[in-house]
Amino acid sequence: MAADYARFLARRILQAAFVIFAAFTASFALLYGIGGNPIVGLYSGGESGTMTPAELAQLNRQFGFDKPLAAQYLSRLGGLVTGNFGDSIKTGQPVAQLIGAALPNTAAVIGLALVIAVLLGTALALSAAYARASWLRQFLLSLPALGVSLPTFWVGLTLISIFSFKLKLLPAIGNHGPDSLVLPAVTLALPGAATIAQVLAKSMRSTIEQPFVATAKAMGLSRHVIYLRDVLRSASLPALTVTGTMIANMIGGAVVVEIVFSRAGLGQIIVQAVLNRDIPVVQGVVVLGAVAFAVISLLIDLAYPLIDPRLNVIATGAAR
Amino acid sequence: MTTKDTLPAENAPAATQGPVEAQAARRRYRRAVLQVARRPTAALSILVLAAVVLAAFLPHLFTSANPLATNPSQILLAPGHGHIFGTDEVGRDLYARVVYGAHASLTAALIAILISFAGGAILGLVAGYFGGAADMVIMRIADVILAFPAVLLTMAVVTVLGFGTLNVAAAVGTVGIAGMARVMRSEVLRVREETYVEAARVSGAPWYTALVRHVLPNSVGPLTVLAALEFGTAILSVSSLSFLGFGTPPPAPEWGALIADGQEYLSSAWWLTTIPGIVLAVTVIAANRLSRLLDGELERAMR
Repeated sequence: MAADYARFLARRILQAAFVIFAAFTASFALLYGIGGNPIVGLYSGGESGTMTPAELAQLNRQFGFDKPLAAQYLSRLGGLVTGNFGDSIKTGQPVAQLIGAALPNTAAVIGLALVIAVLLGTALALSAAYARASWLRQFLLSLPALGVSLPTFWVGLTLISIFSFKLKLLPAIGNHGPDSLVLPAVTLALPGAATIAQVLAKSMRSTIEQPFVATAKAMGLSRHVIYLRDVLRSASLPALTVTGTMIANMIGGAVVVEIVFSRAGLGQIIVQAVLNRDIPVVQGVVVLGAVAFAVISLLIDLAYPLIDPRLNVIATGAAR
Repeated sequence: MTTKDTLPAENAPAATQGPVEAQAARRRYRRAVLQVARRPTAALSILVLAAVVLAAFLPHLFTSANPLATNPSQILLAPGHGHIFGTDEVGRDLYARVVYGAHASLTAALIAILISFAGGAILGLVAGYFGGAADMVIMRIADVILAFPAVLLTMAVVTVLGFGTLNVAAAVGTVGIAGMARVMRSEVLRVREETYVEAARVSGAPWYTALVRHVLPNSVGPLTVLAALEFGTAILSVSSLSFLGFGTPPPAPEWGALIADGQEYLSSAWWLTTIPGIVLAVTVIAANRLSRLLDGELERAMR
């Protein structure tokens, strides 16, 4: 059994490594292959159009864009392994350094948002299961559809309006202290909470119809014990499945949230990089997003057989 | 009426020479659409979307004001007399700007969905019907696209394409192709094995006839539903990217950009962000509600 799990682990880690490699290659093909020489894109035309051909050639040499595309690809791929993502063509700073400084801020927002999303989503699904009045249950179950329909940036601005300007409870912008983390995290958590509530409510409904719940009821166990101990536990597996996609959506949502709340972080960095057409920085953040997504999917897959012994992923090799 | 519908051959001579099963499916499809229209929330959603579509293509029906006309004597007026949505920092009428903004937001979302739909249908059809190397290459590329957080990949595509609402729409649409191709492929794999496709093949029809006349029309249904489901998401994606500043440059009104402009006056002029935001949210809610009802009814009808 343990050897089986080790083999499953090794295969799954290799698979994740391949996904990261493919994502890197795709982003290189898109940004450098289709996008062309970023120096030309950045410095010819517009306000910087005054640069002489000699100066352009000098810049090209400095950033290695004078070499053939294949050579650039190999040197950047080598850099990926050693954690060197190249330099920003706008500021000359190493991309890894830019990302390293911003990552903790973004990770903090996403982490707190994840906790809020899980708590809020579970609470909503549970209250819908407990609600006896059908109008109340209908109302609670209609909330998630609303949650995924609201534009994140507008939710953020509305929360600032209410909690910062009207009630003066929480800071509107910046990242100073834990207070400033609350509104961004709540904004980011809402669509995630809606997703979790939807999946959880659906799988709880089907779990409640299973014979083991009827058995538990017949044994005289209370509704609380059955719901909280048995139903929630076995219904949480489908919710775990959507967690990977949910976190990927949160990484994207964090970009918008950081702009709305003027928080330093990866979102600020990539938005500035796109506006400046700073290709190495764009690639660094996009690849980091793919790496995060791959690692999270990996962790979720590895957690499955540990949570639910019925799932024989190891033997069949059909992870997810 | 229902008893008539259970006779599958009833309308066969009048309709096209498609297979009987496909005709019955089409009839169930129509009935499901009618069923949706009877729901009260569906009626409301249809009303909202109809208003937004009208505003997008015939904005002068809704307002006679010019969305670009500034008025120095009427800056930052709260909603009320003469300006039901208020005015902005240079005295432009917010209602007119929201009405005229519907065009950019709606067409961008439509273009994005169209690109995803067409690209996904073609690639999914090729991958599913021909299989082999084509299938492998197409689906591996789709896997790689789905390995990125969608917003980040869309921003990378925008970096390559350049800014503007059309480019943003193209980027959103391109990233959406992968998911659509997956759904289309699995449908094609199912339809390919149906007897009427085999019949067409053995009776000597060339491969493209089987593909275009039989496989395509009978496998595109779920993709249409998916496109409808994704429409609300497309509106949100496009407006988010416009909000970030990648869309149309000012002063052209677009919902996401309108909200971004109003952000500066958040503490003094709440209406500049709140009202366009509500219009945007209501549009997305209506689109999502309608497509979800349609999806549910179709599922029930096809069972």
